[in-house]
Amino acid sequence: MSTAEIVKLTAIGLVTGILNGLFGSGGGTIVVPALNIVMKAEVHKSHATSIAVILPLTIVSAAIYILHGITDWPLTIRVGAGSIVGGYIGASLLNKINSGLLKKIFGIFMIAASVRMWFH
Amino acid sequence: MLFAIGLAAGIIGGMGIGGGTILIPLLTIFQNVNQHTSQSINLMTFIPMAVVALVIHIKQKNVIIKYLPPLIAGGIVGSIAGSYVSVALTSAILKKAFAVFLLIMGLYEIFGNKE
Repeated sequence: MSTAEIVKLTAIGLVTGILNGLFGSGGGTIVVPALNIVMKAEVHKSHATSIAVILPLTIVSAAIYILHGITDWPLTIRVGAGSIVGGYIGASLLNKINSGLLKKIFGIFMIAASVRMWFH
Repeated sequence: MLFAIGLAAGIIGGMGIGGGTILIPLLTIFQNVNQHTSQSINLMTFIPMAVVALVIHIKQKNVIIKYLPPLIAGGIVGSIAGSYVSVALTSAILKKAFAVFLLIMGLYEIFGNKE
């Protein structure tokens, strides 16, 4: 790899880490398009690589949140049980549903939720 | 209800559309969980899911291994900075900042995808 590529990758990592730590989510929404557009990586490789990046970052961020007493184990376990089951269902639906349309639907949900969160 | 929220976010996350950006508003809006705790729950529930997904992706050779050292090195510095800023903010301010982030992500989902 060239020095320029290493600098670009380090910068992508830095921005991803800041947002993922600050908002406890959203790392993938930065690193996937960044790898795809800046590094010209294929989309499915960008997705796979993003998980390998975000996993250690999430462990670091979760540890800092826990050290500051920001944790609720009973809630985490109940939500986590649902998300593991959901994750399997979602992964198996991946190639069977038009995700372009779904993204637009969830985009609308996100905008509605953002307005509600700002004013409530 | 909590299981259902997790289930919904898991399905969306499993489809690669960003489960966390759905899970956090569902928890704050429908369960009145505060912003910091919602973010903590999202971070922690991501870990086991990501381990399983990563094993599959590595086996399928889809992870670009040579990119990982600079990405993770920059990422850990960013994570420490971002997390310390986050825990220093009040939940009310963090919630407003998250709302702005969510609005941008929502607009990107609608207008940024050229599919």
